[in-house]
Parts: sequence; structure tokens; C-alpha cells
Amino acid sequence: MNRLAIGFRLNGVAREVEVEPGDTLLEMLRDRLGIKSPKTGCDRGDCGACTVFLDGRTVRSCLVLAAEADGCDVVTLEGIAQIPGPLLRELAGHNSFQCGFCAPGVVLSALELLLAKPHPTRLEIQEAIAGNLCRCTGYTSIIEGIKAACGADAARDEAGPGGPAQTWGSALPIIEAACGADARTPPQPNSKGARP
Amino acid sequence: MPITCEFEYHKPKSLLEALEVLARDGKNASVLAGGTDLLVWMKEGVRAPSAVVDVKGIGELHRLEIVDGALLAGACVTFTELLESAAVRDSLPLLWECSRTVASVGVRNRATLVGNICSAVPCLDSASALLAYEASVLVEGPVSRQIPVTQWFLGARETAIRAGELVTGLRIPLPDRKSGTCYVKLGRYRGEDLAQVGVGILALEGREYRIAFCAVAPAPARAARIERLLHGHDLSAELIRQAQQLVSEEIHPITDIRASREYRLHMAKIMLGRGLRAAVERLAGGGPALGESVI
Repeated sequence: MNRLAIGFRLNGVAREVEVEPGDTLLEMLRDRLGIKSPKTGCDRGDCGACTVFLDGRTVRSCLVLAAEADGCDVVTLEGIAQIPGPLLRELAGHNSFQCGFCAPGVVLSALELLLAKPHPTRLEIQEAIAGNLCRCTGYTSIIEGIKAACGADAARDEAGPGGPAQTWGSALPIIEAACGADARTPPQPNSKGARP
Repeated sequence: MPITCEFEYHKPKSLLEALEVLARDGKNASVLAGGTDLLVWMKEGVRAPSAVVDVKGIGELHRLEIVDGALLAGACVTFTELLESAAVRDSLPLLWECSRTVASVGVRNRATLVGNICSAVPCLDSASALLAYEASVLVEGPVSRQIPVTQWFLGARETAIRAGELVTGLRIPLPDRKSGTCYVKLGRYRGEDLAQVGVGILALEGREYRIAFCAVAPAPARAARIERLLHGHDLSAELIRQAQQLVSEEIHPITDIRASREYRLHMAKIMLGRGLRAAVERLAGGGPALGESVI
């Protein structure tokens, strides 16, 4: 079988990898590159556990061929976790997760929502995370955590260390850069292209 | 579940290049756009192509624009792109409302409208909008064809496409009159689920109604008898009751893991009634907000 040489940016770092045509993005990330936050759950796009950002949008990495990532910008929870911001802090503070299996998908889905809509309604939060199955929490603690992160729970921010300054807005440019929204340094496809 | 079939991955930069691969590999080639159905089928062994043609590198297949009174949506246009298009929301609200109910954000970011009609599973949400707006499927291959969407769906997962052909997009005419629409979807819960019953309604000024069902027969279809009954009339409780009586002649639901035939029939009648009322209210400038469920 012809192996394909692909090039892409992973959490801001350029990578070159050889893949089989049938490798999924999820398999490449977990088995070849040691990125373990995306999980193999249903393996058919229903559960959201394998969610990653591909060119700034959440995708099911179990339903994307690794070859399709050639020239793209891939961001996983590992990349997001380096960014100090209210989302992870509030999710932790609200005990939003128990086993944590769904957490990477939920965090990235919430982040995608908040990037587009900094002050979503509860219904919009529910719709944004609808494709992420959590079997522990019943979702309430997750939704409360996300609401708090987007400033709906302002009292908590004011009382906490850092005070009101630590709002979503200050973290936004960093997140956008990590997600590939910074057009100044676009990733380059592998020079040979994703062709055999 | 890994993909076990061996295939060559092609990413053509032009339509011509794509058609060459499809002409050479014929039925053994699979077209890849969003991949949200194709990869599942490859994992399950339902499809084992020798060539996968990723068409996302073909620029013209990404177009989404209104030309000569119709929306042209290329084969690579995702549901997210449709939902973010003000033109779609304003001019083709039924398509917008259908798109909103497809799977989840992470799937809609990848899944395409054209992929949806090429997969042609019976419960595809987008079909009722395409049938109501009387869209055409744009096909390239040995010859160029424009296939009315009413002739596109031949059965469950069966379409009018031939080996060596590629669907390049859809042409969806904008209604020539003021209209009100409503898509009603029944799932097991609100949120990500396949439709147990779906009905799309387009009410046009001048008392014309177009109604299309999905998930209640092998292929989605217009409800011609109900449309004839309503044609030229204002809606009344009695007329809606008569329309509901015709539902069992129009649709042929089955019992499966998600719902029984009886439940689907019963709900289809209720959904038709509420959808008709909502579409007519919206035509008059009121009614529930677009995207708000009426069941």
C-alpha cells in the first residue's frame, strides 16, 4: 500500500508524518503522535469523544482521514490546556466532569461556541455540546461550568483571585492563534503533497 | 474499528482530474467530501473502494451563491456553511431549518448537503427542503446532467447517479413569491438524533402548499394528494383534519429500533397539522421563531 507523506500544524508546531490512506486522524494522533486527549468512543461520529479542531472548527477525528489533514491546522485539548482562561478553570471549579472521558470533546465544543458567541444562552450551550455524550453527570454541571466561564456568573469572577479582569475576552487572541485563526503563519502542505 | 480496505487516496485539484479518476475506477471509486457517512461505511465494510476521491481540493465545488434567482450550493458546502449564510436563512428558510437539525455541530462542520443526498438514507433531513423548493442535482460525467430532485431518490441509499459521475452541486430555486416554511422533526430526544419522522412545509402566497416527508418510506417524497387537497384554500381546522386523514395514503413507515409504524403514522399527522399552522403563521409574519420546535 502506498504511504502518504503529509504535513500539518499540531498545536502550533509543524509536523510531518507518513500515513496509510486508511489511517484516520484519530489513529494518527493517538497511535503515532502520542496525543491522547481525543478518545476512541463510538468510532462513528455519534459520541464526540474524538473531537479536535481542524482549521478552527471542531470535527470528529474518527471520521477524518489522516491524509485529509495535510496542510491543515490541528488543535487538541493538549494545545488548549496551555492557555490560561476561564473555561478550564470554571469547569474544574464546578466539578463539571467525573470520569473525564467526554471532557476533551466538551471543552473544544464549548470553546468553539464561545469563540463565535461570547455570551451564549443556556439553550445555545446545550445545542453546542449536544453531540458529546456524557454518561456521568447528566450535563447540568457541565452547562453551569460553561455558563460561568462566559461571564454569566460574574459574581464568582469578582470574588475570585484576579477579579473581573480575568474574563473570556483577554484569552481570546491566544485561543484564536492556537486554533489557526492567525492567518500570518498558515501551515504548509507537505511539499510532495498528499499523493503517493 | 480500523478501515481495513486498501485504497488509493486521490485529491484532485480540478473537476477534470476528478472525473478522470472516476471514469477509470468506476464503481470502485468513492467520492469523499465530508466523510461522515463514507468513513463509517468503510469501517463497517459496507463500502470497500479501491480509490477514494477527495473533492475538497476543487475550488468551484465550494461555491455558495445566489445566481439568477437560485442558490447554487457546491458539493463541498457543509451544513455549517449553510447555517452561517444569511442568504440561505433569509431566502430558503426551510433549508436552513432542516440543516439545523442535522446531527451535531462537529458533524455539521464536516458533513455536506450534497453528501447527504448522495448517501440517500431514508431519514435525511435536507430532502424535505430540496423537494419543496424543487431543487435540481447538478451532475458531471461523460455527459452533464441536471436531475430534478424529485427523480433523484430511487430508494433507500439508492440514487439516480451512474458510475463515473460526480455530483458537483445543487441548484435550489428561490420561491418567486412570499413564503412561510416549517420543518418538523421527531427524534427520540431533542438534540443529536436521526429523524423518526420529518416533514417540511412550504406555504406560498396564493394558497399553494408544498409538503415533503422523510424517514417514513424508503425514499423521501412530496405528498401530492395532500397538496392537491389544500391547494387554493385557506387553512381551517376541518381542512387540516382532512389532510391528516390522507397521511396514511402518502407515507409508508416501518417499525424499527427507533419507533413503531403506528407511532410514526400518528406523529406524522400531528406534525403535519402543527407544521402547516406554523408555516402559514410565518407567511403572515408571525408564528414561532425559525428553528423553534413545534412539537
